[in-house]
Amino acid sequence: MNNNDIELNQQLGKTVGNPLVDGIPRMSCQSVDVFYNQDLQAIFNVSVDLAKNQILAMIGPSGCGKSTLLRCLNRMNDTIDGCIVTGKIYLDNEDIYTSNIDPVLLRAKVGMVFQKPNPFPKSIYDNVAYGPRLHGLMTNNSELDDIVEESLTKAGLWKETKDRLNKPGTGLSGGQQQRLCIARTIAVKPEVILMDEPTSALDPIATATIEELMYELKSSYTIAVVTHSMQQAARISDRCAYFHLGRLVEVNDTNIVFTNPEHGLTENYITGRFG
Amino acid sequence: MNIGQHISQEYNDELEDLRNRVLSMGRLVDQQFSDASQALLKGKIDLAQKVAKLDYKVNAMEVAIDEECAQIIARRQPAAIDLRNLFTVIKVVTDLERIGDESEKIARFASELSTDTKSMNFYKSLKHMVSIAKAMLADSLDCYARLDSQKALEISRMDAELDAEFENLNRLLSTYLLEDTKNIESTLKVTWCARAIERVGDHAKNICEYVVYVVHGRDIRHIDDKSSQDDT
Repeated sequence: MNNNDIELNQQLGKTVGNPLVDGIPRMSCQSVDVFYNQDLQAIFNVSVDLAKNQILAMIGPSGCGKSTLLRCLNRMNDTIDGCIVTGKIYLDNEDIYTSNIDPVLLRAKVGMVFQKPNPFPKSIYDNVAYGPRLHGLMTNNSELDDIVEESLTKAGLWKETKDRLNKPGTGLSGGQQQRLCIARTIAVKPEVILMDEPTSALDPIATATIEELMYELKSSYTIAVVTHSMQQAARISDRCAYFHLGRLVEVNDTNIVFTNPEHGLTENYITGRFG
Repeated sequence: MNIGQHISQEYNDELEDLRNRVLSMGRLVDQQFSDASQALLKGKIDLAQKVAKLDYKVNAMEVAIDEECAQIIARRQPAAIDLRNLFTVIKVVTDLERIGDESEKIARFASELSTDTKSMNFYKSLKHMVSIAKAMLADSLDCYARLDSQKALEISRMDAELDAEFENLNRLLSTYLLEDTKNIESTLKVTWCARAIERVGDHAKNICEYVVYVVHGRDIRHIDDKSSQDDT
């Protein structure tokens, strides 16, 4: 840690607000540090809980570490050479970074939706059926049909696609493609859904549909969403986490963050001031 | 505490312009109340007429400021201190407009009472009430301009003194009503003037409470009601 880092840590102190939740959280990060190639630290001592059936919005300027932390939650950073994660991350009290955890199975439990919709170059049906087939979640085709229908229904896409299930997923509109990706994530029956700027490539109507979908999904899943839209964070999240230069500055109820944040840096960011 | 320093200079300018408009409205309302009370206490009909004539200006300022707030909310989606600031502006101009109405009411009664020598017996008490209300109004606007929450709390406590003066005068006027039934109408007019002055103090107190809300994000309105509810 260089002098600048030490000074910044002293300035920021510890995370303000309520980073931890009462009761047992669905996921929990404890003193997480992330390094790229040892000399570049992207995340500094972050501790935060994801409460069951809640949406946690992660906001902050570019390069603040929010997407890096999100990718730690289902070990997506394992695929990046030189990326080292220290500290503990628990899913239902089980450390996901222990050697006996299979990252592929973990990613079925902790699914991810990306900024740009990325359907497979397959039919709509096969896009959704891909995960259940891979993980052997069904014993016959009828069960698979049920999973596809249920997942597309939960993603709000069934009515639009039920008559064209064998058509390519890439032929759908941007918003529909993103809902197809959400259906694909839901199909493997995850516990947590991670979303990395899920609507930044979509128009306002498609964005509103996805946000409504997130609201419906949170009764069944725990959701963490990285967003650059403060208004989106304000609209959809129950709790909001503000990151700054790799530090978690504040986590609070969204109502508090957007009316009376505790930390000056949070206030500067959400009100569009120099900070 | 600074309402400026946004990355968008245009946004800074809009908020600064809004603040200046509220302070202009505050100055006008302060002048209206001052003129209305002088008209009442010194029987100056010309001042009473001036107050009545300028009331439309206060109303127009309220409408214009509300409109500007609505536009800023729609276009900027303010949050945190900016949201509290805009919310406060909307509330403050409502209170200022009502102070304008109370001033206009006092001015109207001042014209009617200007030839009534008997009602002057109560002007000493009214004068004291006016001096408290004037100080509260001027200081509350000063606190708003400087976002001085500490002083705002001190000023809001002055309202109890004004309320006590109003109660005293009410008792005096009630006795007078019983003793001199020929002058009921003018005595009632003095009561209504006293009531209007007391309301000015209430509005100034509201402004002070909004200042605390802007600065600390804490709503201190009706705290006494809440604590008495908790007690029961």
